[in-house]
Amino acid sequence: MQHKIKLTVNGVAYERSVDPRKLLTDFLREDLGLIGTHVGCEHGVCGACTVFMGGESVRSCLMFAVQADGAEIVTVEGLSENGELTPLQQAFWENHGLQCGFCTPGMLACATELLRRNPDPSEDEIVETLAGVLCRCTGYRQIIESVVAAAASAGAPDNR
Amino acid sequence: MKPAAFEYFRPSTLEEALEILARYEPEAKVLAGGQSLVPLMNFRLAQPRYLIDIGGLTDLAEIREENGSLAIGAMTRQSAIEDSPVVRAKSPLLFEATKRVAHRTIRNRGTIGGSLAHADPSAEYPAVLTALDGDVVALGPDGERVIPAPELFLTVCTTTLAPTEVLTEVRLPATGPRTGCAFTELSRRHGDWAIVGVAATITLAEGGECEEARIALAGAGQVPLRCREAEGLLQGRLPVAELIQEAAESCEAAAEPLEDIHASAVYKRAMVRVFVERALTTALSRAQRGQNAA
Repeated sequence: MQHKIKLTVNGVAYERSVDPRKLLTDFLREDLGLIGTHVGCEHGVCGACTVFMGGESVRSCLMFAVQADGAEIVTVEGLSENGELTPLQQAFWENHGLQCGFCTPGMLACATELLRRNPDPSEDEIVETLAGVLCRCTGYRQIIESVVAAAASAGAPDNR
Repeated sequence: MKPAAFEYFRPSTLEEALEILARYEPEAKVLAGGQSLVPLMNFRLAQPRYLIDIGGLTDLAEIREENGSLAIGAMTRQSAIEDSPVVRAKSPLLFEATKRVAHRTIRNRGTIGGSLAHADPSAEYPAVLTALDGDVVALGPDGERVIPAPELFLTVCTTTLAPTEVLTEVRLPATGPRTGCAFTELSRRHGDWAIVGVAATITLAEGGECEEARIALAGAGQVPLRCREAEGLLQGRLPVAELIQEAAESCEAAAEPLEDIHASAVYKRAMVRVFVERALTTALSRAQRGQNAA
């Protein structure tokens, strides 16, 4: 039995019908064509599927689309506005914070949330946050440096 | 992997949730934060045909102080516990344990009730409940009942909650001024499942002797392990380093950890000793300074 859901994703309102068992990740990717949210493990350990719901980071593979009825979702596509990179994304660009890019949506989401809650984190706090997202390419060093650089840059914290 | 098909309900009252649960059990399962259940469903290790999402029951997400206790609604998100000044002040053990629960993103959805009802022996919250002699409140078709910690955890991922019951509240005694608390954990990386975890408190008497010690272990058996023999060694005595070491060795002997991909039982037992010693030493220092985890 399908359920109707109404939700906002990256500022756009959608109304769809979903099977209860459809994961939020697959809904975003298949029903809405937003393939920036990645499928890494489907059991909540890799973090590549991280999105924002109601302003908080969540692992979209651990939610069913039907649970997002009435919610405001922001995916990696919604982090920037008008094609302008956020200070965090700019820092990733400048500090080689990605290679294959598979973990990057998760890294950006978690780092964005960290900097919102704590605009001046210690490196330990950055490492603790990033430990939740698995990266097989970079060895984490450049990702950490990207977040350090973003925190140090005289911009406002990401406001989304 | 994708979950098997199920019917989904999102009741707006607890009564409605209980009614649906009673109608469809044993094929119904309550969905709280989903951070433990949904992975199981995605692996098809759990295939409930009816899923009852209690995420809308916001009444169950409050933190209250009453009569020297903390009453925490079962649907309280772990991140709310982490951010709560009341928890930080009144239950520093719960606060410190919360920082070790997975990662912030998981904590944004995971709940205290869900963690306890899931009863993973490696989880932090069951060890905290066990150490503090907390209890939970359960509501079912026959009414409400209180389940003390020692009676809640039956075996791995199994509690004494009936299939028709919902865990509604968690109650923990508030921490007094002469009590120091510490939660220590060994994991491959910060945020990974605990290989061993220790929840410990030491309460000091006027003369500096240990009036009461509490020690509970995560990852040391099929349920959280309360180390009463070790606690007895400390009680009434000056908690010098040698005595703490003795208590840690007692915990090591009592532990019956399950072997897994991460560590042998022998290694885990040795780590029980190491991490109990660290937890007790830290708890003692905090009790002496009158200052728990900042």
